[in-house]
Amino acid sequence: MALPFPLSDLLVILPELILSELALGILLWAAVVKRERERALAWASLASLAIAAALLPVAASFAGELPRSAFGGMIALDGFSLFFKALTLLAAAVTILFSLRFVGTSPYPGGEYYALLLLTTVGMMFMASGTHLVSIYVALELMALSQYVLAGYFKQETKSVEAAAKYFVLGAFSSGVLLYGLSLVYGATGTLSLGGVSAALEAAPRSTLLMVGVVLVACGMLFKVASAPFHVWAPDVYEGAPTPVSAFFAVGPKLAAYAIFARIFFDGFGPRSDDWAPVLAASAALTMVVGNVGALMQTNVKRLLGYSSIGHAGYALLGLLAYRAGGAAGQPEAFGLWAILFYLTAYLLMTFGAFGLVVLLEAKGYATESVDDFNGLWKRNPLAAGAMVVFLLSLAGIPPTAGFVGKYLLFSAALKAGWPALVVLGVLMSAVSLFYYFRIVRAMYLVDGEGEVRWREEPAVAVAVGLCFAGTLAFGVLPQPLIALAKSCLLP
Amino acid sequence: MEPGLFFFWLFSAVVVVGAVGVVVMRQPIHSALFLLLSFLGVACLYVQARAELVAAVQVLVYAGGVMVLFLYTIMLVNVKRQRTERYLHRQAVPALGFGFLFLLVVGGVVVNEARALAGKAPAADPAALATTVIGSETVLGNTQAVGWVLYRDYLLPFEIASLFLLVAMIGAVVLGKRTMERFD
Amino acid sequence: MSESLVHNVLVPFVKGLLTVILVATAAGILTWIERRGLGRLQIRKGPNRVGPAGFFQWIADVVKLVFKEDVVPSRAEKVIHLLGPLLLFMPAVVVLGLVPWGPELTLFGVTTPLHAAADVNVALLLILAVSSIGVYGIILAGWSSNSKYPLLGGLRSAAQLISYEVPMGFAVVAAVLMAGSLSMVEIIEAQKEAGVWFVFPGLVAFFLYFVSGVAETNRTPFDLPEAESELVGGFHTEYSGFRWAIFFMSEYGNMISIGAVATTLFFGGWLRPFPNVAWLSFLDVVPAFFWFAGKVFLFLLVYIWFRATFPRYRFDQLMALGWKALIPISLGNLFLVALAALWGAAGLKVLGAVLVLLVAAGLVAAWRRPARASVTTRMAAEKVEVRA
Repeated sequence: MALPFPLSDLLVILPELILSELALGILLWAAVVKRERERALAWASLASLAIAAALLPVAASFAGELPRSAFGGMIALDGFSLFFKALTLLAAAVTILFSLRFVGTSPYPGGEYYALLLLTTVGMMFMASGTHLVSIYVALELMALSQYVLAGYFKQETKSVEAAAKYFVLGAFSSGVLLYGLSLVYGATGTLSLGGVSAALEAAPRSTLLMVGVVLVACGMLFKVASAPFHVWAPDVYEGAPTPVSAFFAVGPKLAAYAIFARIFFDGFGPRSDDWAPVLAASAALTMVVGNVGALMQTNVKRLLGYSSIGHAGYALLGLLAYRAGGAAGQPEAFGLWAILFYLTAYLLMTFGAFGLVVLLEAKGYATESVDDFNGLWKRNPLAAGAMVVFLLSLAGIPPTAGFVGKYLLFSAALKAGWPALVVLGVLMSAVSLFYYFRIVRAMYLVDGEGEVRWREEPAVAVAVGLCFAGTLAFGVLPQPLIALAKSCLLP
Repeated sequence: MEPGLFFFWLFSAVVVVGAVGVVVMRQPIHSALFLLLSFLGVACLYVQARAELVAAVQVLVYAGGVMVLFLYTIMLVNVKRQRTERYLHRQAVPALGFGFLFLLVVGGVVVNEARALAGKAPAADPAALATTVIGSETVLGNTQAVGWVLYRDYLLPFEIASLFLLVAMIGAVVLGKRTMERFD
Repeated sequence: MSESLVHNVLVPFVKGLLTVILVATAAGILTWIERRGLGRLQIRKGPNRVGPAGFFQWIADVVKLVFKEDVVPSRAEKVIHLLGPLLLFMPAVVVLGLVPWGPELTLFGVTTPLHAAADVNVALLLILAVSSIGVYGIILAGWSSNSKYPLLGGLRSAAQLISYEVPMGFAVVAAVLMAGSLSMVEIIEAQKEAGVWFVFPGLVAFFLYFVSGVAETNRTPFDLPEAESELVGGFHTEYSGFRWAIFFMSEYGNMISIGAVATTLFFGGWLRPFPNVAWLSFLDVVPAFFWFAGKVFLFLLVYIWFRATFPRYRFDQLMALGWKALIPISLGNLFLVALAALWGAAGLKVLGAVLVLLVAAGLVAAWRRPARASVTTRMAAEKVEVRA
């Protein structure tokens, strides 16, 4: 019997395959494991992620010459996807470390939590390498659905349920918009593979049908990366979801969404970039303003970080705009893209770091999360306070941190690509962001008094935060290796 | 008017009336029934497009499965007739405005495109769809054709979709079942 | 009259009308058979006053039901209340129209295949689709009555029908795998070509189909939606007169269509036994339609036998049986049948032989083992003599 695809195609998706099987295994194991031994499931999940990560180079080497297309052009393995897959695996691993105590002390089962986390990671990995609108969409939904469940996982917390409901309704709506756009694109070009769409765009004259489709796809994608004017769900969801989950939401899905954003718009709609770039530019400008100004008024740390992540989505959009700043495709000078890769890595490290400290602060599940809880943290735990300062500096983009280097690369790419006004706005907004980041710093160092919240030692989280801390500083001081790596991982 | 066109307009009207009914009805069960009507209309349109398999699956899955569960849920939680509340608050005006604008743009574009297409010959003769040539082989009927496309060309998305459904099931169980007692 | 008008309008209309009439009449006669049969099985007489052996009882009942007052609860949803019985009756008829009753028939110079609707190439799927609509009849009838017990009955049936559609679908898929087609005619032809009725390789599938079919038609032992001791009349408590009669007819209509589909899928439809064995060709004297009807009739007798034999399941048992037993079995069976079908006709025969041997062995083992209950049964049987 003939297989519909060469057997070696399975090797291309080996990490995803193994990871989903391990996730199912964990799910089955969870059915029999004793409640007090559930922590073993977490370690097993971590091990699964490590195995998947170890399989990435294996898959790459078996795939032969990159980029390697598989399953009839449904997905492709290339440097770009490998980079994003590694990042999402890292994000999931950090989230598991954050979740250990959170889930362990909650009345909710752990097995399904970890299995869903792994499955959402599988979805993100497929997203990173999807080269066909159908496979991208299905993978996106796999990711999103797991996340709706994770957001509402602590189902007796009203806030958690509210967050899940909001996330679900808006997410489903944005998926609808995205799908409608994709269907119009299909109607205009007659194909759903990105290469086909691109070829059709180059051949065909400009069609309004296609443009409406592209704009709708852009709207859907902006929803997914929480960019203005489709950002409203983000702070509410980050506030309501269990903190480790919010940390994950602020990083993982965004990474994957950026991956498909870049791929759809450059591999697919690339030939029409002049038409859609203004739309993205407008959204980028709006996002930077809304995110940073919105954050000024927040007293809840999770909301504050939520708004700040909206602002960062705006900066990253700037990078998308500057994709082809430095030269033609396939050359390392394609400046904007590797700037995004670097920036997103830095974003992962610093956002996880900041959220990790919030996780440590929350001893009683849903304890208050207001900025005042950081009061006098410096006296109680100088190490943590110092780390927080570094993360906040990095988020604001102050040297010598990875955030600074990332922003610098992004802005210079945007300048080269000819968006000076946006760069000026970006710098201005970074200045604005200092205000609200330093409200936390001020609380930690200048305000006296014990916060309401008990500090809880949690080695797993501490290790994760420590790693983020080290990464943030290291890539700030020595960005070269990461830049080289990012450069080698560009879209073809 | 030729009969084919007549039935097309008829079924389309059923679909649209069903869709409007879903939104307009105050009694949730009536809404669900109008949705059912809409689904059946879509199935009829599929039949007209010679996609019998898709039509049958549409009825089987949406009308026979999904909507029954909707009804089941509505009856189980005993959703009452909605009171006459004021729905038109401040958001309504801009929402209506944007909705109308969107309809205008998309509708205009689609109509425009359809006009442009009307002059051209159809891409595929519906009658020819009964036999499909895929690769080097000719397959009969659209069951085989759909199977071929689904399990050959779209195998990977199909499998991802199965994973997706699994997640939906896990999620439903996790969110639906009673919380576990702590082992303290 | 033009040729196309005859073929496209008149003939289908006549055939459709015939199907409706046939279902209605058969349902009536079946009630008589059922009541007499139950009487025999329960050692009593059953209806015996109207006509020979009470045969005209069903006509008397119909007359009564038609002229009975048609009560509609005052706070019922009128339109939906009316829709309920129709939605349940319609699928039964449509399904029967999709099943071929025989090969072609020439009458008054018009040649037409012997089934009411066309031989759609996805007929089987369409049958599943249409019969899945039937549940609306029950659930809407239950809800629209605006009364407690009917609502409970409707909810129960929705859960039950949805659950049992799954193993039923898988059983059907097994038959499709063996035939390689979704067209009912082609499935029958495939059984002729394979030289074996699909009931043998599909023994498990047939069992699953039949059990799910009993559940789908709300017959004992799965008649929970209308469980009298728990829910009064279940979903049709608030129905009376002719509307109630339609419910009644739909139940029998559904039984007939389940039997017809089972006959087609597993018992070679209109084919005579051993259609490939030449020396049995004298059996062809009996027209194809009667082979088909005879097989369906046997199914109906089994239904009645079931009703007299099995006690009703509890609702949770019903669900457990569906989800925990039938669905896993159906999946395993699908795997087995797929393997056999991959091997070809020989594989089907081998699988059939193995299954039949297994069942025979099981029966022998059960017969050899002294059953504890049999003693008391015999004692009871000796005491009571049949007075019918």
